[in-house]
Amino acid sequence: MSRTFFAKNPSVLWFLLILALFTLAVTVLSEAYGVAFISTSFVKTLGKTLCLALVALAMDLIWGYAGILSLGHMAFFALGGYMIGMWLMYARTEEIVVAALAQGGLPATAEEIRQGVATQIFGVVGASDFPLIWVFAHSFWAQIALVVLGPGILALVFGWLAFRSRVTGVYLSILSQAMTLALALYLFQNDSGLRGNNGLSGLQNLPGLDAVSQDDVSMWFFWASALALGIGYVLLAWVVSGKFGSVIRAIRDDEQRVRFLGYSVEGYKLFAFTLTAVIAAIAGALYYPQAGIINPAELAPIASIYLAVWVAIGGRGRLYGAVIGAAFVSLLSSWFTGGRAPSIPLGFYTIDWVDWWLVILGLSFVAVTLFAPKGIGGLFDLWQGLRSPNRRGAPLGPDDGALMEKEAKE
Amino acid sequence: MRALLLSLAALLSLAFPALAQQSVADILAANRDQIEKPSRQTIGPVIDQLAASGDPAAAAVLTAWEAKQLGLRDSDGAFFIIEKTDDGWLLTAPDGSAAGTAPKGDIKELKPNAGVRGLIATALVQFTLSDPDPAKRLAALESIAKDPKADALVPLRAALDTETDPVLKTQKQRLERLLTLRFDPDSAARVAAIESFGAELGLDLRAALNPLVATTRIAYAGDLPAGSNLARTLTPGSDLTEVEAYDLLVAANMAPARLTVEEARKALVANLKDGMVGGVALADLNTQAARDTAYTALETAGIVPAAATDAEVTAAVAAHRFAEVYAEPDPAVTSAAAAALSGITIKVGTMQAADLALDAISLASIYFLAAIGLAITFGVMRVINMAHGEFIMLGAYTGYVVQQFIPNHTVSILVALPLAFAVTFAAGVAMERLVIRHLYKRPLETLLATFGISIALQQIAKNVFGTQARPLTAPSWLDGALTFNDVVSISYIRIAIFVLALVFLLFFLWLMKRTRLGLEVRAVTQNPSMAASMGINPDRINMLTFGLGSGIAGIAGVAIGLFAKVTSELGSDYIVQSFMTVVVGGVGNIWGTLAGAFLIGTFQKGIEWLNPSNTLAAQTYMILLIILFIQFRPRGIIALKGRAAGD
Repeated sequence: MSRTFFAKNPSVLWFLLILALFTLAVTVLSEAYGVAFISTSFVKTLGKTLCLALVALAMDLIWGYAGILSLGHMAFFALGGYMIGMWLMYARTEEIVVAALAQGGLPATAEEIRQGVATQIFGVVGASDFPLIWVFAHSFWAQIALVVLGPGILALVFGWLAFRSRVTGVYLSILSQAMTLALALYLFQNDSGLRGNNGLSGLQNLPGLDAVSQDDVSMWFFWASALALGIGYVLLAWVVSGKFGSVIRAIRDDEQRVRFLGYSVEGYKLFAFTLTAVIAAIAGALYYPQAGIINPAELAPIASIYLAVWVAIGGRGRLYGAVIGAAFVSLLSSWFTGGRAPSIPLGFYTIDWVDWWLVILGLSFVAVTLFAPKGIGGLFDLWQGLRSPNRRGAPLGPDDGALMEKEAKE
Repeated sequence: MRALLLSLAALLSLAFPALAQQSVADILAANRDQIEKPSRQTIGPVIDQLAASGDPAAAAVLTAWEAKQLGLRDSDGAFFIIEKTDDGWLLTAPDGSAAGTAPKGDIKELKPNAGVRGLIATALVQFTLSDPDPAKRLAALESIAKDPKADALVPLRAALDTETDPVLKTQKQRLERLLTLRFDPDSAARVAAIESFGAELGLDLRAALNPLVATTRIAYAGDLPAGSNLARTLTPGSDLTEVEAYDLLVAANMAPARLTVEEARKALVANLKDGMVGGVALADLNTQAARDTAYTALETAGIVPAAATDAEVTAAVAAHRFAEVYAEPDPAVTSAAAAALSGITIKVGTMQAADLALDAISLASIYFLAAIGLAITFGVMRVINMAHGEFIMLGAYTGYVVQQFIPNHTVSILVALPLAFAVTFAAGVAMERLVIRHLYKRPLETLLATFGISIALQQIAKNVFGTQARPLTAPSWLDGALTFNDVVSISYIRIAIFVLALVFLLFFLWLMKRTRLGLEVRAVTQNPSMAASMGINPDRINMLTFGLGSGIAGIAGVAIGLFAKVTSELGSDYIVQSFMTVVVGGVGNIWGTLAGAFLIGTFQKGIEWLNPSNTLAAQTYMILLIILFIQFRPRGIIALKGRAAGD
C-alpha cells in the first residue's frame, strides 16, 4: 500500500481536528471545567447534537452510499435509548427502594427489593411485576450488550426479510416506515412492558453518582459523545473508502449489474443495514441519558424522516455532509422552536417562529431537493473547484445520461 | 324468602277475594298502631291487605300514604287523606267523600320512612299497571323491567287480563314470562317459561337468565352440603391453583391464614433482641429462608401464632374437596337456563361474526377511499406522494369551512364535495408543476420532497385552524344506525362511505377503460416517449392525472371527516395504511387496491376481535402481518405481468 488511509482521505483528519478543537473549546467554556460561559443545559444540547450527528453518519452510509432510504433508523436509535434507559431506571430506583426498605428494621431480601422496584417503576401503568424483557435490567453490562444486540438483531431480521424478497427503492422506505410505526404503536400500549406512553424518565441521574453535579455529568457525556462521533466517523470513512464502499456505491447506482457481476448484493445490503442500525443504537444510548426522558413518541415515523432531512440538507454521499446537516438543522430547530428567535410583526399578523419554523423547514427541504441535491456539503466542492460539468440544455437522447445540447456544442 | 312469603300472602288474598273483601277504612282502623308507627319489617301484611282489599279507594289511600298525605285525627283516631290549606287541613275520608276541614293541631301527619314508602310503591305497582293512561302503564312496565323484583310478579299477572292495548299486552306477557322464570315458586312453571323463549337474542332475556347460572366456589370436607346445586367439581391443580384452593379454605374458616411476608417481617421486628431473632443474627435476615427459620424458632417457642407452612397448605387442600355450585337451588331450572343460554351463545356468536364482517367491510371501504387517490398517483403514475394524507386533511378542512358559511348540513356537504375536489385538484396540479415534474427520474427524492410539503402543509393547517379537533357534522339523515337486531347494526355514515367507495371504484374503472383521458394516461405511464410521438402531451397528462388523484383524496377527506375528528394530523393517520393498501393489493391495478383494502380491513377487525381492548396492538400486529405478507407476494395480491410490470 503506497498511501496511507489518512493520506487518501484528508477530510477525516480535518474532521477529527475540528471535532477536537470544538470539544476543547466547549470544555474550556463549560461550567464544570472552565470559565462557565456555556450553561450546562447548552452543553447537554451540544452533546445531544453530537449523538444526532453520529446517527446521521449511519443514515448517510445506508442512504447516501448504499442508496437504501431507510425510514427506520430513528427507531433503532430510540431502541438503543430504551435499552440503556432500562438499566438507568432500574439501578436508580433500586437505590431509592433499598434506602426506603432500610427503614423497616430488617435487612431487605432480594425478593422485597425486586418487588419494590417493580412497584415503583410500573405503578404508573397499573402493574407491579417485571415484564420478561426487564430480565437483564439489573445488569449494566447485559444492557450494554443489549444496546447492540437488540436493535442489531431487529435490523438483521427485518433486513433479511426485506432484502431476500427483493424489496427495493420506495417500497423498502415504506416498509421500514411501517416497521417504525408498528414498533411505536406497540410501545404506546401500557402493557408493552416499557411503561407505555409515560416512557422511561429520570435517565439523567446516574446511579451511585448522586454527589456529582449535573454540570460534571453533562461534560462526561459530551466527551463520550464526541469520542463516539470521532470513532464512528473514522470507522465509516474506513468502511466506505475500501472495496466494500465501492461495492455498495455500485449497488446504489445499478443493483442488477452488481448482482450479475457475482456479488452477493443482499449480503452487502444486510451488512450495511445492520451496521448502521447498531451505530444508531449506540448514538441513542448516549443521547437519551442527556435528554433525561424517552417515550414512544421518539419512535414516530416523522423522526426518521427528519433524519433523512438532515442528511439531505447536509449533503448525502459524503460523511462530513451528514454531520454538518444534523448539527446545523437540529441546532437551528432548537433555536427556533425554543422560542428564542424573535417574532416578526407584519402589522396584520405576527410570524411566531415556534409555529412557522416547521413550514420553513419543510419548504427549504423541498428547495434543497430540487435545486441543491448536494446540500450544504456541495459548498466544499465549490471551494475546492470540484464542480460537475455543466451539462445544461435539453437532452439529445431519450435515456439517462444522454449528451446535452450545450455540451454537444462545446 | 320474605318476598316469597309476601307474594304468597298476596296470592292467597287474591285467590279468596271473599275473605279479603273489607273496606279500606276497616283495615286502617284495625291496624291503627302499625300504621301510625310503621316499620319496614312488620308493615308488609297490612299494605298487602290494603292492596288486595278490592276497595276502589285503596289506590288513593296508598298513594296519599306514600306521599305523606295521610293523617290521623287525634280526637277519634280516624284516618283521612289530608291537604294543607292556609289555616289547617282539608280532609277527605278514605272512601273518597269530603270530610270538611280541621285546624292544624288536630291532625297528626303520618310520615313513613323510605323503606316503608318503597313497600307501598311496590304495592301501588298493580294499580299503575291497570291505570287508564297507557303512558303510565308503559312507565310502570319499564320500571319493573329495569329492576325486576319478585314482588312485581303477582300484580303483573293480575294486570294481564285487563290490558286492552295489544302492544302493551305483548310487553306485559313478555315481562311476565321473564319474571316467572326468575321468581315463580313453581319449578315447572319456571322451566316452561325458560323454554318458551327458545334461542331468542333479547338482552333482557340474557340478563334474566345469567343470574340463574351464576356460580360460586365452595370448599367442603366429605359430602357436598345438602341443598347445594352442583355445577361441577373442581380438582386443585387443574381447575384451580393450590393458592386459590387454600384461599377458599381460609375464607370458609376451615384453615388458618397463610403467613404473609409482611406479617412475618412485623413479627420478627417485634421480637428483635440484642440483634438476634429466634437464634438468627439480624444481618443474616436478608433471605426468605433465614426469615422462615427465625419465624419457625419463634413459633416453637410459642411467642408468635402458628401459621400454615407450605406442607400444611398442601395437606389441607388434599383433605378437602372443591366445587362450583349454582346460587339457584333448583337443578331443573339451572339446567334449563344453561341449555337456553348455550343456544343463545351460539346464535349470538353467529350474529357477532356477521357484525364483525360488516365492520370489516366498512373499515375496508374507508381504507379504499383513502387509498384510491394513491392508486392513481402511485399505482398508475408511480409517483410517491407522501403529502397525500395532507390532501385528505385539506378536503376535510374544506368541508369544515363550508359548514361555517352554509348552516344547512345537507346543502353544505353537497357544496363541500365538489369544492374539496377543486381545492385539492388545484393543490395537486401546483405540486406536480412545481416539484414532482422535476423529480420523475428520482423516486426516492420525490418521496422526501413530498414529505417536506406534507410537513409544511400540516404545520400551516395547525397554525390556521389550531390544534383542537374541528367538527364536520353529518346531515341528520345520516345519523343513527341500520339495526338488524340487538347484535348486528351498522351506522348510516358507514353505509354512505361504502356507497361512496363503490361509486369511486366504478368512476375509476370508467375513467381508465372508457375515456380518452384514461387511454392517454395508460399510454404515458407505459412509455412516455412513444406516447409523445403519438401526439399525446405527457406533461399535460401527468398534470391532469396527478390533479385527479389529489382531487379524489379531497373528496375522501370530506367523507372521513364526517366520522373522524378533523385535525391537522387526520391525513398522517391514514398515510401508512393507504400505502400499505396499494402495495399489498398490487401496484397499478385498482382491483388489487380493492383486495388490499379488504385484506387489511379484515385483518385489523379480526385482530381487534381477538384482543378487543387494544386497538393499538391490533394495528401493530396488522403491520407485522403485512410485512410478512409481502415476503410471500412481493408484488401484491394482483401482480402486473409482462411489460406493464416495468422494471
